[in-house]
Amino acid sequence: MIAIDGAFWIVLTGALATGSCALLGTFLVLRKMSLLGDALSHAVLPGIAIAFLFADSRAIVPMFVGAAICGLVTTLLVETFHRKWNVQEDASIGIVFTALFALGVVIITVFAGQVDLDQECVLYGEIAYTPWDLLILGDSEYGPRPVWILSGVFLLDLFFVLFFYKELKIASFDPAMAVAVGINATLMHYLLMGAVSLTTVAAFESVGAILVVAMLIVPGATAYLWSDKLHVILVLSVSFGFVSALGGYWMASLWDSSIAGAMVAVVGAIFFLSLLISPNQGVVARLWQRVVFSLQVAQDHMLLALVRRSEVEEQYRFSRDELMEMASVWRGVAVLALRRLERRALVERYNDRFHLAAAGRQEALRLLRNHRLWEAYLSGLGLPEDHVHDPADAVEHFIGRELAAELDAEVEVQTDPQGKQIPPSE
Amino acid sequence: MVENALRFLSLADANVRFVLLGSLLIGATGGLLGSFAVLRRRSLVGDALAHAALPGVALAYLLTGSKALPILLLGATISGVFGVLVIQFVTTYTRIKADSAIGIVLSVFFGIGIVLLTHIQRVGGGNQSGLDKFLFGQAAAMVGDDLVVMTVLAAIIIAAVLFFYKEFKALIFDPGFFSTLGFSSRRTDVLLMGLIVLTVMVGLQAVGVVLIAAMLITPAVAARFWSERLGTMVLVSTAFGGASGVVGTFISSLAPRIPTGPVMVLVATFFFVVSALVAPRRGLISRWRRERHNRQRESRQHFLRAYFELAEKDRESRSFSTSALAVELGWKAARVERLGRKLARQGYTERVGAGWTLMQRGFDEGLFIVKSHRLWEHYLYYRSILDADHVDRPADEVEHLLTPEIIERLEQILSAERGIDPQQVVNIHGSLSHYRRGGRE
Repeated sequence: MIAIDGAFWIVLTGALATGSCALLGTFLVLRKMSLLGDALSHAVLPGIAIAFLFADSRAIVPMFVGAAICGLVTTLLVETFHRKWNVQEDASIGIVFTALFALGVVIITVFAGQVDLDQECVLYGEIAYTPWDLLILGDSEYGPRPVWILSGVFLLDLFFVLFFYKELKIASFDPAMAVAVGINATLMHYLLMGAVSLTTVAAFESVGAILVVAMLIVPGATAYLWSDKLHVILVLSVSFGFVSALGGYWMASLWDSSIAGAMVAVVGAIFFLSLLISPNQGVVARLWQRVVFSLQVAQDHMLLALVRRSEVEEQYRFSRDELMEMASVWRGVAVLALRRLERRALVERYNDRFHLAAAGRQEALRLLRNHRLWEAYLSGLGLPEDHVHDPADAVEHFIGRELAAELDAEVEVQTDPQGKQIPPSE
Repeated sequence: MVENALRFLSLADANVRFVLLGSLLIGATGGLLGSFAVLRRRSLVGDALAHAALPGVALAYLLTGSKALPILLLGATISGVFGVLVIQFVTTYTRIKADSAIGIVLSVFFGIGIVLLTHIQRVGGGNQSGLDKFLFGQAAAMVGDDLVVMTVLAAIIIAAVLFFYKEFKALIFDPGFFSTLGFSSRRTDVLLMGLIVLTVMVGLQAVGVVLIAAMLITPAVAARFWSERLGTMVLVSTAFGGASGVVGTFISSLAPRIPTGPVMVLVATFFFVVSALVAPRRGLISRWRRERHNRQRESRQHFLRAYFELAEKDRESRSFSTSALAVELGWKAARVERLGRKLARQGYTERVGAGWTLMQRGFDEGLFIVKSHRLWEHYLYYRSILDADHVDRPADEVEHLLTPEIIERLEQILSAERGIDPQQVVNIHGSLSHYRRGGRE
């Protein structure tokens, strides 16, 4: 027989809690209801506390009933305050969950003798005691009780999401469409909120309010940084939850601290890492795109400067500094841009002064044509002559062959508003 | 418990006076700033900010080893502001929406704070006590030095609000207009956020990071029920906040273990519920009464008009039976009977045998309402807004709302442009020929 030690049970409990929360939380994030999740996970506290008070042991059924009622009350109160009492929605969420949470804390402290919960445990749970909280039926032990509860909830959530996948997807991304194709959006809303309440309660006891809030929101939002596809987002979200459960346990044992808190810290770290390196939304990717783009713009502007000058003075060669100035970007980018132009054999160097190569002339004429076509087009729309240059400067880089042909057909003139020749297409 | 209460109320103990003054400051500054925060929709950002302050408190202690309030609050401010900046950054540069960004910052920063706090507790041994009061707050832990810090912060907040009151007002109610006046909405928003930060810091020790946001939100929303004017709302909100602080502290002083923050929040919530119910005009009870009054007037006027319609068809009779009125109104006879009796008590009607006749009061109002109804029908038809068989319903709804001034104006329009005699406005359904001739072609 394999010896299963405490660490295994703790990580398993954490993984089941984070996994269930991450699964449902993704929909909260997509439906812009994150804060309702936040509110729910605080507001179930008085339900749990009252259930403990009356059932005086940690009986599962009263706890779920109490918390489910609280969850329902929260949703209803937020709606009532917002719609019937004319309170702003954010403020009404704020009032409801702070009041219920405060009530829960007061109950716990006033009846400290009868309620087997304390303030700290409310915030960050008792996951460390999981291995000793055994399920005992008759005379035999069947492993930790939280693991059983959370496994049930996790399977239930999984089943819910798989069974209603299509409905949830449509209702999340396009509520109007959902109504149009006959999906009961209100029913989906309440089913989802019901599932969230259930999960919150189950996870609350083991991992506390904070881990629940974090796991509802952070994994889903992180996965949303990585993908556009719902099934990928869901798989990623749950995986992030699992990873943080494992990483959190490891971190807490390494640096003695609250395990649930450490799990939150790890999922937070995953989020910030994703914020940096995600391929589309990440900071690095965005910066890279900007660098690449400004490099392109700098090259285009240098080519344009060269070809404009050559219209007036065929043999003129630019010095390095002159070209840099024409590029009108950050100097480091200008240096790179000029180097790239040389490497692409678009410009040639002669005595440290630069002129267009044959290929460069062709590319430069294409850009100049774009620029002047756009100027002529804007001027045709009625823009005054001195207002067309700057927009054309911004747009010239994006005009493809087809759009240029369309513009050409549209403008019917051979010159730009200043009377300069629009170069013909090659 | 009684002993505790008396000791508290006598204010004999200097410590009690400190605590009371402190909680008054906390509540009042929260209510003051909360008005602006809520109206500018920054209430939940305030919540995130407060949660994000926790790791700052723990780090400040870890780095300096000091538990002096100014040092801890400095750490709290830095990490709180950092949290707000992260929210800003995430919503600006990614597709994650504000609600998720707030939730992320709130929970992750708080989680990190918990990690640091529990680490300090387990490693630091006996020296750790005191930091966990920042979770739920402990007003009793306030000492004279803390009060000095809080008073200075509160003074800054009050001075800033007085000085920038007009800017905040313009920013809240009409940001577009505000920027055309040459002010920067961005800069004013930053200033407001800065003041929210300071307000959170004032209450951090006594209310705790978890619930301090409620001191910003709840009194302000409660005050919103009492006034339509910003100035009044701010004053009422400050008063509610201050009262929540004092009463909350008093209640939590009755028993040793009750944390102050949650009790203050519950007191503020009590003010909110009471305000929502009893406030004049915007309160629920006053709105219910207004609606009931309107409904009663509406059915009374329908009753009176039905009488006039019947009287026009049967010019001989002076009284009409309940059943005839019921047919005319399309109501159940029992409802007509009930209303008739009630109107008789109020002096509108009188019972004649099996039916009803009108008293002077009922006659006057009935005449007015018939006229309103018909003038509106004619107006809708004449202005080609609706066809003759579609004008009855809208007139049914509007007749109760027309004032004598509007009636007069309608009379002028109709008599000048259509030649309709205001004294003889007849049922439109009997006089369509008039319009046909009049050339609605």
